[in-house]
Amino acid sequence: MVSKLELLKSTPYFSGLSSTELESISKLVFEKSYERGEMLLLEGETAEALYFVASGAVKVFKTSAEGKEQILTIIRPGETFNEVPIFNGDLNPASAQAMVPVLLYGIRKNGLEVILRKYPQVALNVIKVMANRLRHLVSLVEDLSFRRVIGRVARILLENAGDGAAPRPRLTQCDIAAMAGTAREVVSRSLKTLEEDGVIRVDRHRIIITNRDVLKKMVEPSFETKVTDI
Amino acid sequence: MIMPEIDQEKCDGCGLCVSVCWQHCLVLVDDVVVLVDKIDCDWCTQCEAVCATGAINCPFEIVFG
Repeated sequence: MVSKLELLKSTPYFSGLSSTELESISKLVFEKSYERGEMLLLEGETAEALYFVASGAVKVFKTSAEGKEQILTIIRPGETFNEVPIFNGDLNPASAQAMVPVLLYGIRKNGLEVILRKYPQVALNVIKVMANRLRHLVSLVEDLSFRRVIGRVARILLENAGDGAAPRPRLTQCDIAAMAGTAREVVSRSLKTLEEDGVIRVDRHRIIITNRDVLKKMVEPSFETKVTDI
Repeated sequence: MIMPEIDQEKCDGCGLCVSVCWQHCLVLVDDVVVLVDKIDCDWCTQCEAVCATGAINCPFEIVFG
């Protein structure tokens, strides 16, 4: 696991800062650990800090009035979450839960204000990160509005596949369903269809993507007119 | 060996997972489910599907072939 200083150095927010500047910033950073399944944040509560994941994985999600969960994103080591309510002074827009044991580094709102005033480069970096985040959310809206479920499942498999270099969080069919905005049963059917078509192979607890090119095509909007109902 | 994950605090002892497991890998002990025969679990995920409380999870590792 990386040290606090190494993590800050590798974070896009602090890109371009010197070691001395990072040392100064690290004094405003606190540590917090969570067990698997523990809630880190609750949607609608007052936001306390912006967080960086040092180790583990965090699921960020919203819950509907009927209790249906929509996963917005999974935060992995080196990535940040909960900056939106810290920047605009509002409540947590989503909940966050540890998918595995998690170590977080956090910066409280007053600490962040000190950093942004003292290091304008950080403000520029934050704008870039926010812009990328917005792009991801627009893509999610597109997914939920326009694509069939199998296309959404294809995208989720591609985005969460590992190549053996670094461990990725494992996902249940419920997790995939929550990310795709659909039901577990529909995900189960999608996976069966993908396996029958030879695009994936399910080997016990592993989903192996055997035809990446075809899976990528399934993500494209034009695929809608060619596929039959799952 | 990777096995289904059981959260016994969430288990309400309904026994549906025990019934649905065709490999007989699960059993109720003191009204909570326990894995007993780890070798034969084939990851069908039916135990996860039937569980109303989310007490059993069968997470997948996704990899490029």
